[in-house]
Amino acid sequence: MSNTDLKVRVWRGSQEGEFVEYLVPRNPNQTVLDVVTYIQRKLDPTLSYRFACRVGMCGSCAMTVNGVARWTCRTHVSQILQGDSLEIAPLNNLPVIKDLATDMREFFNKWKGAVGFFKGNQTRHDDFAKVEPHSVERQLANAGIECIGCGVCYASCEVVESRPNYLGPAALNRAWTLTNDVRDVQQLERMRAVAGDAGCHACHTQGSCTERCPKAIEPTAGIAGLKKLVARAAIRGSKWGKL
Amino acid sequence: MSAGVLQAKLWYAQRISAMVLGLCVAIHLAIIFYAIRGGLSAQEILGRTQGNILFAIFYEVFVLACFVHAPIGIANILQETFPRSGLARPLSFILALLILVLGTTAVIGVFTGGQL
Amino acid sequence: MSARPKLDYRAKSHLSYFAYACHRFSGLLLACFIPLHFLMLSQSLRGAQGFEKSLALTNFWVFKFGEWALVILLAVHLAGGIRLLMIEFGPWKGLRKGWIQISILFAITCGLLFLYFAN
Repeated sequence: MSNTDLKVRVWRGSQEGEFVEYLVPRNPNQTVLDVVTYIQRKLDPTLSYRFACRVGMCGSCAMTVNGVARWTCRTHVSQILQGDSLEIAPLNNLPVIKDLATDMREFFNKWKGAVGFFKGNQTRHDDFAKVEPHSVERQLANAGIECIGCGVCYASCEVVESRPNYLGPAALNRAWTLTNDVRDVQQLERMRAVAGDAGCHACHTQGSCTERCPKAIEPTAGIAGLKKLVARAAIRGSKWGKL
Repeated sequence: MSAGVLQAKLWYAQRISAMVLGLCVAIHLAIIFYAIRGGLSAQEILGRTQGNILFAIFYEVFVLACFVHAPIGIANILQETFPRSGLARPLSFILALLILVLGTTAVIGVFTGGQL
Repeated sequence: MSARPKLDYRAKSHLSYFAYACHRFSGLLLACFIPLHFLMLSQSLRGAQGFEKSLALTNFWVFKFGEWALVILLAVHLAGGIRLLMIEFGPWKGLRKGWIQISILFAITCGLLFLYFAN
């Protein structure tokens, strides 16, 4: 372990700006979030960034580290250091508010756009819904429900970059989990929402989302499921109605 | 037909034609490796294809599968690389036409060997 | 002052993206080649001798190289295509990275076989 300082290039500005280099002392067991925090507290209090839990549960600290979207609290400097330098930038594909903080509204709006929210038709006066935990649908849904909306997959996707309307892996993954929720009553609207230029068929299976998801969720799988579902509905109709 | 339904149908058509092509290309590669041994002359090609109805049907199916598969792929590439140019539809239509016309002409050509 | 960074090669340096890039590139080149291929074959309408004359064009080394490259591109596109069909229609077994490795071997094999048989 050397005692030279880390040379850390950090994006300052918003849509326009520049990388500014800071010298940060090396420590053992240092995460990238530690580095950013050090810069803001000791070197430059004007640096803007987001974090919350700092223990890998909330997804707020996601940034682009050496070109790759990661959770900074779960990224050890020793894991990604190139020589003695590293580069920290805001998440791609999202407008930059300031420095390392991005505007996540479009990310969450697309979640809504994909009908990525639950709606049932039972009330507290009805009996519990019975969902068989080992059913095919429930297992498919379970594979994707741990998503905490951190934006890493969205920031990693080249299709999001080239098709600004593309709903993106997180929204489509959420839509897929709800498609497999037998209690949900908006399946037809959801299918319509994920069809089209901006929907699941724009995915080219590049797999960056699956590769980068810090929770090992595989949006590529859910999107493949949606592609089949929507295509069959377009041609043969679905159990919920004609597309 | 809504945009969503159109996209879904195009995707499905491209995947079904891909399955057909998967088979056709695998067979074609095998044929090519067999045929190119010791060089390949026009005589040798026509010797195998002329009057051979099975070859003709196989290759026409191949042409039709290409005619569906390639233009949809090209349209996607153009739409993403040049989004506001309006090139995607016309260029992919032209490709479709070229494949269908030239391909069928080629199949007729090797089937008849010029003896129309 | 410059524009904010965009996705660059570092974000795309993983096997699945490489498979996508090869598939797109090979597909594009094949799409450009296929009409020419059909045009050449349709010269067969001129009968064996006319056909032979047009085929003589392909004796230039650049055509020979092109044919070899196209066989490899076809092999790459076929293998990548089957991988996509497995991902989209088959049971989910991840991004099929083992298949990508086999595809690369398959493409190399086809390239070598072509050289072997053509000479």
